[in-house]
Amino acid sequence: MTATTGGAPGRGGPARLARRHGWTAGIYVLLLVLTIFWRSQTSVKWGPFDVQSLVIDALPLCFAACAQSIVIISGGIDLSVGSMMSLANVVSAKYMLHMSFDEALLFSLAVVAGGALVGAITGFTIVITRVADIIVTLAMLFVLGGVALAVLEVPGGGAPARFQALVSVDTVLTAWFPAVLLILFGAVAVLWLTVRRARIGLAIYAVGSNRPAAYLAGVDVKRTRVLAYAYSGAFAALGGLAFTGASGLGDPNAGSIYTLNSVAAAVLGGVSLLGGVGGLVGPIAAAFVLTLVKTLMILRGVDQNYAQVFQGSLIVLVVMIGGLAIRQKGKGS
Amino acid sequence: MTATVSLLEARDLAKSYGPVQALRSADLVIEPGEVHALLGANGAGKSTLVKVLTGVISADHGTVLVNGKPARIGSPAQAARIGLAPVFQDPALVPDLTISQNMRLTGTSSAAVEHELRALDLAVDFSDQARDVPLPMQRMIDLARALTRDPALLLLDEITAALPSDLAERVFAVMQRSRERGRSVLFITHRLKEVIASCDRATILRDGRAVATMAPREGGEERIVEHMLGPEAARASVAAAEQGAGAADVRPAAPAGEAPALKVDGLFGGRVRNMSFELRRGEILGVAALEGQGQDDLFAVLSGGQSPSGGEIRAAGRVLKARHPYDSIRAGVVLVPADRLHALLPQRSVRENVAAPRYNSFSRWGPINMRDEGRRVREAEQALHIDTRAARQVRRLSGGNQQKVTIARWLANGFTTMLCFDPTRGIDVGTKRQIYVLLRRLADDGAAILFFSSELTEFPLVCDRVLTLFGGEITADLPGAAADEATLLRAMHGLAESQAGT
Repeated sequence: MTATTGGAPGRGGPARLARRHGWTAGIYVLLLVLTIFWRSQTSVKWGPFDVQSLVIDALPLCFAACAQSIVIISGGIDLSVGSMMSLANVVSAKYMLHMSFDEALLFSLAVVAGGALVGAITGFTIVITRVADIIVTLAMLFVLGGVALAVLEVPGGGAPARFQALVSVDTVLTAWFPAVLLILFGAVAVLWLTVRRARIGLAIYAVGSNRPAAYLAGVDVKRTRVLAYAYSGAFAALGGLAFTGASGLGDPNAGSIYTLNSVAAAVLGGVSLLGGVGGLVGPIAAAFVLTLVKTLMILRGVDQNYAQVFQGSLIVLVVMIGGLAIRQKGKGS
Repeated sequence: MTATVSLLEARDLAKSYGPVQALRSADLVIEPGEVHALLGANGAGKSTLVKVLTGVISADHGTVLVNGKPARIGSPAQAARIGLAPVFQDPALVPDLTISQNMRLTGTSSAAVEHELRALDLAVDFSDQARDVPLPMQRMIDLARALTRDPALLLLDEITAALPSDLAERVFAVMQRSRERGRSVLFITHRLKEVIASCDRATILRDGRAVATMAPREGGEERIVEHMLGPEAARASVAAAEQGAGAADVRPAAPAGEAPALKVDGLFGGRVRNMSFELRRGEILGVAALEGQGQDDLFAVLSGGQSPSGGEIRAAGRVLKARHPYDSIRAGVVLVPADRLHALLPQRSVRENVAAPRYNSFSRWGPINMRDEGRRVREAEQALHIDTRAARQVRRLSGGNQQKVTIARWLANGFTTMLCFDPTRGIDVGTKRQIYVLLRRLADDGAAILFFSSELTEFPLVCDRVLTLFGGEITADLPGAAADEATLLRAMHGLAESQAGT
């Protein structure tokens, strides 16, 4: 008698692909639908410029969503994402002001590395003190926010014109493809996709999915959690730099709206708050969806306050429908 | 034997969790090329010993020698490096990763695991997520992963407990093959038949001490059970049985014609398989079982925490279909769980804890009748001798007093059937005795009590009748007086001769 448990034929292929990546696909479809709607709503000629401005608008949230998603996947939460972005923003704006373009690029790398270091310190604090992650990162929200204010009390500073152009003007190949998208995808590819399928990446998923099982399987749980926060710090720093490039300004409060929006984008993008599930591709699309919804609201002249109500409702609705769909599928199989 | 170096030698290992001494002084010697069984009743320290040996927890003191050299085992990964490969009770597969990702996570080659599985005559789709793979199969994958490391010592912690017999056979084949290749296996199980059939030697733990190392084929089940009990305990249990028998004489017979407080008919649910029994008013019915034989599910189903998949429950003659604990409570069936902190609101006062179920009913919305509540709570407190000096926060009470609060809660609110799941776990001897007396008094006042305990000595002291469970089924129905440890232990292991009682 040969046991073939789990080896039943006909379960692989497209069906499984749809099951595993259904959510991400769904959020891209939503983005597409919204884009078509957006186009139909614009009376003047809709063109590359509109796409570019949307991308610039969404970019900081894209990075914030990545930062948050990695930590949530590892089974934690990071409430310091916004302050980390503010800090990266004011530090870059203050010191880049009189730099050349090349120096500014080098300095950006240093800011990202610094962000990773601060994130690692946050993670280390959580792991060593065993204080709940939500409390430690909440404390870091205030600490980093305070440091950002100390660096630059009022909005100011700036960045080399060439650096700003890189974020807000440059395009690649066609006028429809802003150069910053390449930076976003490049950062995700270099920082995340390289480790996603390697042992450290799998360890982040494992620790978020079932911590005791991961430990019994020989995963260094503490190191993995610290690593997740380091990633968060690096992506948040990139978000701050994106803000600098887009606005040409340092603002110590720039990041404050991104802390909770990053959680929203992560959840909308298919990351489970229970940990262990999701990726970065979905949350990036979700960041665009959230930004586009805001743009559409402004376009249609909806009161800003109602726009927020609508945005919140959309998140609940999408996550609820997604959850129901998953439950139904679970019953079906 | 003395000339050769033992593969693993553990000396005088001790580990305590707070006041509970899980291991007092455990010794274990495993020779190369032997299949060694680790036996003991619940709480004898088996799992703790395995966890120490595999670096999941660290011992308070004691030494471990591997191949004659002292070894420091600080983590599961470190244990793996020195050739100790465990397969734990809970599979160490991460649910959200695919099987092949799980293998990569631990640096194991999927091809090698697939090869081992094929040797076991099993096939698995490695691109399946672990959560979609049935639990028995997960264990086999875990086993195959351990085998790819070609470990000097394979530790199998109750691996056969949840395996269907055809898969269990394959595990025995693995043990046989390891022995032939000069590798050793440490096999932890509750099934004595398996031990006799496939183990070279057995070490028996009792109360955190290794009391004997023997060849299980010589003497068989009887001698193993004897060692698990200890000679004193065997004698003590006889004495206790006599006491219990004396108490049974003065018990009033239940009025004839009255519906039983609890009647279970052909119940299925979780591990519970086709259970039927009756519990009369004034009776304390014991449930004795080894870990994971369905007692958890039985209590969960009766208390409304879990839905049965078949069968019928009648409480005082009326059909009970509980979809929520509240339904059971309203039918008079209440639960006293082992973990007090599951039942209590640790930050709140004794009074609020005792009165908590009363806040639930709609008729009591609006202002609470404080005087009535206060009186009931005070009465319950006095009846149970609860030490109320730290009454402002229940978490500051001792374990025994906390347990009394959970019982007082039902005393103040009324019930007909009380389900006590290991109510004396981790409680000092004096308070334990008080709880025995209390349960008897409740029964004398007409309550029906279903009583599970992991301490076998309690059954003859407390119970009128004892059911033993094995594999989700009732294997014996013994009078309390006859429920001495040896009899219980045999019935709990599903041994044939005791099934005559059913």
